[in-house]
This record gives sequence, C-alpha cells and structure tokens, in this order.
Amino acid sequence: MPKIPLPKIPDSVVPAPLRKPAKPGEGGVAKGQAPADLKTSPPERQTHVQKLGDQAKEAPADVLAWVDQRTGASGFLTGMLYRKVPKGTNWFYTLGSATLFAFIVQAVTGVFLAMFYTPSTTQAYASIAHINNDVPLGALVHGMHKWGSSLMVILIFLHMGRTFFFGAYKYPRELNWVIGVVLLILTMTMAFTGYLLPFDQRSFWASVVGININGTGPVVGPYLSDFLRAGPELGATTLSRFYSIHMLLVPGAIIALIGAHMYLVVKLGTTAPPWVRAEKPKNAAPVAQLDAGVESNGSVNGSGNGASSA
Amino acid sequence: MNGAEEAPRQQRDKPDPPGYFEGESMTRRRAFTIAAQGLGGVAGAAIILPAVGFAVAPIFHRGKERWEAVGPTSDFVEDTYRQVVFTETEGIGDAGKTTAYIRRGSKTFDEDPNTFVAVSNRCAHLGCPVRFVEAAGNFICPCHGGVYDFQGKRIGGPPVRPLDQFQTRIRNGRVEVGPRYSVTSQLEPVRARDPGEFTGGIWEYLYPPRPSTFPAP
Repeated sequence: MPKIPLPKIPDSVVPAPLRKPAKPGEGGVAKGQAPADLKTSPPERQTHVQKLGDQAKEAPADVLAWVDQRTGASGFLTGMLYRKVPKGTNWFYTLGSATLFAFIVQAVTGVFLAMFYTPSTTQAYASIAHINNDVPLGALVHGMHKWGSSLMVILIFLHMGRTFFFGAYKYPRELNWVIGVVLLILTMTMAFTGYLLPFDQRSFWASVVGININGTGPVVGPYLSDFLRAGPELGATTLSRFYSIHMLLVPGAIIALIGAHMYLVVKLGTTAPPWVRAEKPKNAAPVAQLDAGVESNGSVNGSGNGASSA
Repeated sequence: MNGAEEAPRQQRDKPDPPGYFEGESMTRRRAFTIAAQGLGGVAGAAIILPAVGFAVAPIFHRGKERWEAVGPTSDFVEDTYRQVVFTETEGIGDAGKTTAYIRRGSKTFDEDPNTFVAVSNRCAHLGCPVRFVEAAGNFICPCHGGVYDFQGKRIGGPPVRPLDQFQTRIRNGRVEVGPRYSVTSQLEPVRARDPGEFTGGIWEYLYPPRPSTFPAP
C-alpha cells in the first residue's frame, strides 16, 4: 500500500517551544555571531506594521498555547488521536465511528425538526406536513432523520456483529460490550418512540402493535403497557410521553454512554482481527533450536543421555 | 506547669484508639462522611422519587366511566352485527375513536333478547382492527390473519383469546356502550386485558388485572 504523506502542520499553529529547530547551515546565522556585513549594512528597523504582522502570525499558536496551559488538553488529545492500532485493522473497524456519525446526524436534524414539530395529537400530523411541504429544505431534513434512523439501527447491528465475530468482546473489553448492548437497546427505544411522532395511520397502528407486544411479557407486561401509553388506551399523553422519551430522556443517556464507550476504546485499545497471528519476539530462539541446545548440553555434560533419547 | 498536669493533656491530644475522642463511637471524618452522603441521598431522593412517581402515576389512575349512546334499540338485530363508531379516549380527535359491532342477544346462544352484545373490533392478537365479514359470519383481522366466529371466539390465526366486548345498557330506548372488558375462551367476562394477553386460569395471575381498567360486569 502506498504511504500517504501526512500534511505538514504550518508553523503558525505550533507553539514556539514545539517547533522543529532549523537545520544547521539554514535559517540565517549561527547563534552569538553577528553577520559579517553588519557594519556596512545595518539591519533595517522593523516597522510597526511588520511587528504587528509577526505578532498576528504567532496569534493562533499563542491562543492554542493559552488554552493548553490551562486545560492540559494537548497531552490527552495526542494520546487519543495518535494512539497505536494493531496490525490488520481494516474497514470493519470503522463501523463504530459510522454509528456515531449516524447518531450525530440524528441529533442535529432532530434538534432542527423540533423547531417546527408540535407534539400534540391534533397538530402533530399537520406540523409534519408543514415541515415536508412548506419549510425550505424541510423534506430533506425530515428525510435525513427518517432514513438516518434506519441507517443507525443497521450500522449498530453491523458494529455489534464485527465485535462479536472478531472476538473483540473478550477480556478486558467485556464492560464495553455491556455498555454497547445498553446503547443498542436505547437505539431501539429511539426508533420505537420516534415512530409514533408523525402521528399518521402507520405511526398510530405500529405503536399500538409495539406497545401490545411489550404487554405480552408476563406479570410486568400489562403495567409496562400502561406506563408507555400513560393509561389504558393510546391517547394524547402517549404522544407527549413518547416525544419526551425520544428527545430528552434517551438522547442524554446515549450521549453519556457513548462517552463511556469511547473512553474505554481509547483506554483499552482495539483488537487485531482473529486472522492476524501474534508476532514472535525477534530475539527469541526458535523452538527447534532450543531442543537442539538441550540435547547438545546433555551430551557435553554426559548426564542427559537417557532423557534426550526418551 | 508540672508533670502531673502535662500527662492528662497528652492523653486528650492523642486519643486512643486514634481519631476517637472521649465518648465518641466513630471518628469525625467517618461521621461527616456518613452525614454528607446521607444528606446527598435525601436530596437525590427528593428529586427522583416525585419525578418517577409522576411518570408512573397513570398506571394507577382510572379515568371516568364513559357511556355513549349509539342508536335506538330497534337498530340492532340478533342475526347480524351493526357497526358503530364511538369515542373511547377523549381529547385526541379521530385517533380516540373505536369501533364496536353490536347485535341483540340471541336465543341460539342462550342470551336475553333484551340485552345487547357489543364486540370490540380490536384484534386480540396485537390490536389491529378486525372487520365483520357478513358472508362468512366471521371477524377477520387484516394484519396477521386472525379469524373469530360469530360470537367473537377465536377459530384461527394467532389471537390468544376471543374478541373483547363493551358493556351495554339501555337508556331512553337507546343502546349505550360503556367500558371495555375481556372474555375467557368460554366468554366469561374478566377485567379488560391488552391484546396478546391470555385470559382465564393461571393467565389471570401471569397477566394481572391493571388498576387503570374497569371491573368486569
């Protein structure tokens, strides 16, 4: 695979102490030595404009250094962004980031949809129609949210499948698997509660069926149904309840758990795919040689004949 | 100061066991830790408990009993059903309406001809709307193929019990429909259950009656 050169970071954003020093022979004169022609042609004095220009060039580095001095973020960021990944890391490893991206799409489009949506049984359908038909780009944003939800569910399952088939859930990553399962359940909760919000025929009956499936759980099922509907029948409170769960309760939990999930990914690192074998240490002798060594030692000492032949 | 006064002061300053002063059963650090955590717990509970209670309260709330007149008694006959639409949940417009199929009590089934049978169109499988097909004399569900006979007993498909019914009464010569109730496979009334839940026998305990529903007639 051809090596892609990393883009060079411009000096203006690197704080002065971290810059690469100039190579010897370049970048003017050696330290402590005046140029030979100083007397014949004294250096021109910098104008104020030039000074300001120099200061402006340093400004981004100064700002970053100011923030870094007060947060210590650069150490954390370098550790996170430049962490080592195992050999064999491939495109399947991007499914988690893809799921995260799908979640961000849902969060951003959801925030803007909430600006036009009315969670009322009498106005919900009309407000969705208004978004789709009248609001500029409304159909696009609504479409991104609607299709993006399916995409997120598909991606999270693929991500889970990758983790399972690569054995990446094993020690010491079990806790991250558990967090991931909770995130999967929360994602399904989002998909379920979001389905009712347009409040058209499909939404209504799909939610009726979904709630009734919840109700078939023994003992607690009937109460769970009542909790979801906020009563014995699907009504006005059901819609507000689903809206609140969909845009306040679950997103907060998802964001918090994604934070924990990613912390553990960075902390524990990723696994190599199962088909990549562990490398043998370079200075260790092959097993055959070790055996030969034992044999020869035995013959030299004259005490291991029986053992080596048996 | 002499030595006799010095000794007890040292005992006061260096308690034994360390950290315990006279008459104390725990160190101050521990006492303050427990007090701070306890207060934090009380403050947390003061926020969480009312909020959770607020969210789950509808489970224990039963709405007002609602009766709606659906037509004069002469509208209904005993050998076929008449479809009526009435409001079951108020305040949400058309979405709160439900459909019942009503007939007069029939001697074929040992029923009093002066009573009325109101069969809910809510499928006992997962709650889709069933339709009474006159030619077949059956109720048929479009979603997953549930079939019920003329009385609403399941004769095919995935439903787990007969169709629900509504209480009926006669006021001023008009039939009124009231709260919903479920029935066992022998059509004995029980408290309303959600679709998908079995009725009768041990199922009455596995799917316990909910406080938000009305008692069976």
